[in-house]
Amino acid sequence: MLKDVTLGQYFPGNSIVHRLDPRTKLILVVLFIAGLFQANGWLGYIVVMAVTFTAIGISTIPPKSFVRGLKPMIFIIALTAILNLFYTTGTPILPGWPVTFEGIERAVQMVLRISLLIAGTFLLTYTTSPMELTDGLEKLFSPLNKIKVPVHELTLMMSMALRFIPTLIEETDKIMSAQKARGADFETGGLIQRAKALLPVLVPLFVSAFRRADELAVAMESRCYHGGEGRTRMKQMKLEGRDYIALLIGAVFLAAMIVMKKFGL
Amino acid sequence: MAEIRVEGLRHVYSAGTPFENVALDNINTVLHPGELIGVIGHTGSGKSTFIQHLNALLKPTGGTVYCNDKDINADKLSRRDIKFKVGLVFQYPEYQLFEETVYKDIAFGPKNMKLSDEEIDIRVREAAEFVGIGEYFFDKSPLELSGGQKRRIAIAGVIAMRPEVLILDEPTAGLDPAGCAQILENIISYRDKTGAAVVIVSHNMDDTARISDRILVFHKGSIAMDGTPEEVFSQPDRLIEMGLDVPHATSLAMVLRKNGIPLEGSIYTHEQLKAAVLKAKGVMSC
Repeated sequence: MLKDVTLGQYFPGNSIVHRLDPRTKLILVVLFIAGLFQANGWLGYIVVMAVTFTAIGISTIPPKSFVRGLKPMIFIIALTAILNLFYTTGTPILPGWPVTFEGIERAVQMVLRISLLIAGTFLLTYTTSPMELTDGLEKLFSPLNKIKVPVHELTLMMSMALRFIPTLIEETDKIMSAQKARGADFETGGLIQRAKALLPVLVPLFVSAFRRADELAVAMESRCYHGGEGRTRMKQMKLEGRDYIALLIGAVFLAAMIVMKKFGL
Repeated sequence: MAEIRVEGLRHVYSAGTPFENVALDNINTVLHPGELIGVIGHTGSGKSTFIQHLNALLKPTGGTVYCNDKDINADKLSRRDIKFKVGLVFQYPEYQLFEETVYKDIAFGPKNMKLSDEEIDIRVREAAEFVGIGEYFFDKSPLELSGGQKRRIAIAGVIAMRPEVLILDEPTAGLDPAGCAQILENIISYRDKTGAAVVIVSHNMDDTARISDRILVFHKGSIAMDGTPEEVFSQPDRLIEMGLDVPHATSLAMVLRKNGIPLEGSIYTHEQLKAAVLKAKGVMSC
């Protein structure tokens, strides 16, 4: 059951989307989201959908994984759809019904908007390794160093957290098996009983998380880690022709969306 | 005492996805009461997957595991019951300790069996004695103790359920020689006193050769060899081919044989090596 967590999973590959500089991809995602929120009419949504599907196609990531990624969000998506369905004023589909034609239209558009938003951001995490992602973030936000924001430390924390998610999932799995072997029962009983049953898992998990943190700190110190100052990189990030082209496409996309919104499309 | 019979066991991880992986295929074996069985195999050979089937932690993809001729996966109740009959001690079990005191931690298993408080008390004391943990430790936090002590407490936590089959995954990994010897001694004494079947997964060939009645060799998800230590270690070349170690005495005997000293029989302990060398020397000096 714990293996179903696909959020932010990286699919190694060699497509052009994979090879783009992480900074480019981060900026593109921001442009994409900004553009997505300009979509107001059907034409706008069709354009955004075309862009998303093309990008997914180029990335060679199996479309199924996006569907799987959407699953945990199904509740939020459904709730938004229902609210929009019933609370939009307009012409009722049948006299006296609370559902209006406008409501149906808005509900469909909202579902599209959220799904596309999730698909777009997943494309980033599916094609960019956590390492590249945090490196890109660090570089993008490095100007903030001037106003004393500890960018390096923050991104380091982020990459460590990402690094340890799979480890901790594996650990949880192991501890659960061990306690099940001693007859622990995680599947029956009421809410309180089940929460209590998790104690034999949580305590060892926290103990081991602290132990790991301690070991990691010692390992880093013994390799003379002393923060980001004067630190060089093994992989230098460099913007190339394809990055500029991709950014240009992103900018044109956003501009087009803004123009379309002006004309109410 | 329980007899475990495994028939045509097959297990596939992540079936139906690109990550599909056949971990076990067509495993057939019987674990008899009172037997001490050593399980050896290269990393990824399927031995950990195998032992998790013996107490229904994993569900077989194909095949059946019987305990006294009853399918252990028949229903939810039997899947739970079997966990008390077949005690499984995982690798590095000290990381599963969670209670405030040693006593409470050992009592976790018996408590899950819904035993009376008196019965739990008897079992905790009995289990603690098996692993040589004195009453002095009962009120201490398990986190304060040394690695070897923690491991013995974790093993006691399983022994306290009085399993009829005791399975241990690398019980001596990462311990000092004295700690290893003590744990193996505790395990053997549990077998001797209760007549339970004991399964030990290990990478230490010397220990496995010395204490096992029978050895199962796993290779690429199948049982490649199944026999007494004498039978298994009489084919050291085959073991090495599978990427496994052989006991020190066996590898020394191989070198001696290669250099023209005719040692007789299957050699896997130092005593056997000594006897064989003396005998060969006698032969040669004539």
